[in-house]
Amino acid sequence: MSEARKAFWEGVRAELPLLIGVFPFGMIYGALALNAGLSTFASQMMSSIVFAGSSQFVTAQLVHDSAPGFVIVLTIAVINLRHMLYSASLAPYLKDLSLKWKALLSYLLTDEAYAPGILKYEKEGITPFSHWFLLGAGFSLWFIWQASTALGIFIGAEMPKDWPLDFALPLTFIAMVVPILKKRPLIAAALSAGVVALLAFHLPFKLGLILAALIGITVGTGLEGKK
Amino acid sequence: MNIWLIMFIGGLLTFGMRFSLIYLFGRFQVPETMQRALHYVPPAVLSAIIFPELFFQAGLLDLSLGNTRLLAGIIAVLTAWFSRNTLLTILVGMAALLILQW
Repeated sequence: MSEARKAFWEGVRAELPLLIGVFPFGMIYGALALNAGLSTFASQMMSSIVFAGSSQFVTAQLVHDSAPGFVIVLTIAVINLRHMLYSASLAPYLKDLSLKWKALLSYLLTDEAYAPGILKYEKEGITPFSHWFLLGAGFSLWFIWQASTALGIFIGAEMPKDWPLDFALPLTFIAMVVPILKKRPLIAAALSAGVVALLAFHLPFKLGLILAALIGITVGTGLEGKK
Repeated sequence: MNIWLIMFIGGLLTFGMRFSLIYLFGRFQVPETMQRALHYVPPAVLSAIIFPELFFQAGLLDLSLGNTRLLAGIIAVLTAWFSRNTLLTILVGMAALLILQW
């Protein structure tokens, strides 16, 4: 197997537990979008045009509530603001890629692709095929998101309630974040972000998440500077 | 506004934000503090996603022993801390949740 293919499949493997967690969400989105009054085709296409889970849920809801278009568009933008943080964080590792690769990997840059991707880069730095790893993680998530949306549209989201597949998502993030907490500023960044996320949970448009991330980053950077 | 127009503008904005700093990198000097700050993005963002998933159930802060996701999450954190093994952490966390719910 070529090095590129190997890196691609390694990315898919790293993404696997996240795919299990994302699947029920895709199905719920598909069923919800249809319920909100979107056509089958529009419901499906939103998963590839916008390709950002939580903003798709909110869009379906707002369409259902007949909110004005500019409000919906603004809401999508604010919910997806956190992707700028991911973009900034990955940028140094993608700097030597062609514009096509940068655009493709940007399109595939979700929470679930960012997490394994950045950890791989931080551990191993840039290698000749590391972007294939990110592609493997990003593309497998894209594929599962389209497939689960389709399934949700066609059979509805009839998941048994006591079958907590969605818990695979926080579990995978835990498995990824705990091992990188090697120094006190990193632990402080994680804890402060977590606590702020709880305090700011009821802010609209996922602003609590962005606020929490910014405070965590500030705390970590500040503590590091003190040493 | 037409639903397709909403989706296209929303999609374009989302792509634009994902692409923005990847595209701009190298076109201007990134301040040193900013570069250091970027190392804290993964732990900060991931924790900000994890905490509410564990502590909030059905939209309410639940600190009780009845919050099975919080207990299973703590068990997963301990497993991850001592084993540093992704698969084991997920399996133990999932098993803990199923047993606690049962």
